[in-house]
Amino acid sequence: MDKTHYNLIILGAGPAGLTAGLYAARARMDHLLIEKGAEGGQILLTDWIDNYPGFPDGISGFDLSEKMAAQAKRFELNSIFGNVLSMDLTQPVKRLVLEDGPDVTCDTLIICSGAHPRPLGIPGEKELTGKGVSYCATCDAPFYRNMHVAVVGGGNTAVQEAAHLTKFASKVTLIHRRDELRATKILQEKAFANPKLEFIWDSTATKISGTEGVEELSLLHRDGTESVLKVDGVFVLIGVLPNNEMLPLDLLKADDGGFIPTDLETRTAVPGVMAAGDIRSKEVRQVINAAGEGATAVLAAEHYLTNLS
Amino acid sequence: MASDKVNDVSDADFASVTGSDTPTLVDFWAPWCGPCKAIGPVVEALADEYAGKVTIVKMNVDDNPETPGKFGIRAIPTLILFKSGEKVDQVTGAVGKAQLIELIEKAL
Repeated sequence: MDKTHYNLIILGAGPAGLTAGLYAARARMDHLLIEKGAEGGQILLTDWIDNYPGFPDGISGFDLSEKMAAQAKRFELNSIFGNVLSMDLTQPVKRLVLEDGPDVTCDTLIICSGAHPRPLGIPGEKELTGKGVSYCATCDAPFYRNMHVAVVGGGNTAVQEAAHLTKFASKVTLIHRRDELRATKILQEKAFANPKLEFIWDSTATKISGTEGVEELSLLHRDGTESVLKVDGVFVLIGVLPNNEMLPLDLLKADDGGFIPTDLETRTAVPGVMAAGDIRSKEVRQVINAAGEGATAVLAAEHYLTNLS
Repeated sequence: MASDKVNDVSDADFASVTGSDTPTLVDFWAPWCGPCKAIGPVVEALADEYAGKVTIVKMNVDDNPETPGKFGIRAIPTLILFKSGEKVDQVTGAVGKAQLIELIEKAL
């Protein structure tokens, strides 16, 4: 990589970053997209997406990520594989420190670093990760053929992935801390009609045990009683934490959860720095609004660059 | 991951590949696994950087049910490090390059 300065750098290649890349490439902006893994981000963890318009029969997360990447690349998206360790956003020219290779600099930055599944933070969880504790039903469901698994959570991801697990497991028990699901109604209807899916309401997971692999999940119920569920796997799907370890959180005025607040045009507290997708401080985290924010962020970046020159 | 830079290993040749004195890192993956794809570029880069010192191979768990079962694999990607046929350590999930280097260095 000879060139190290760009008008625009996009950090991350999930739906927000790939849409930003598409818009930047079509605008013929001097741009670079940096992704540390594969294009797609968290949609790679999703087995099926039925709420992204334009795909009347739905589409797998895997296929959607490939299509988004292919579309941006058709317009000569400039992307590299790299891991950003830290950045200096205190100067008009922003500097990003990469794990491998020289620093890169830019006039505008769009942060689309996304989020990752939130762990429960209970005893046994870390020790048994990969040995029955999983955060990706799409990845690991086939290992639980004819077994009994628990899903912890009550949102869209938990309910959708619980249904996916019933294609393999003999029984799936969904544990939710409240007495009703947060998931969208059509997912709830399907879940309640699924004979392999059982529900334990008003309960939290307190401990995961097992020697070679997961054997038991301990539960605390709202009435103060406790019980133990014999399961072969525990899928933890209770929301997300921000991928913010490379970000200057004070400067960006991160919220209490570590997400980055922006205005309606995705501008952060730092001039020339935008944030789009799941890293943004917001209530709704969907593929569709991540993509929309990616587009908005490029237009905000263009506007900033115009005023700069 | 599905790279051409990293050779495939199967149930049939698993023992001979991992039995080597040269440490061997096996990346257990499947085509339907997004995080396996995500970790792919990191594994490829390490295969280049450690060429001659560590053998890095991949096993498709769909095509090879025996070995993943033997090692109790319940999640992918899982990367297991072997030396002279013995398991040294393992990591699960799309971890970063630094964490994989830490794993590999345990056998060097």
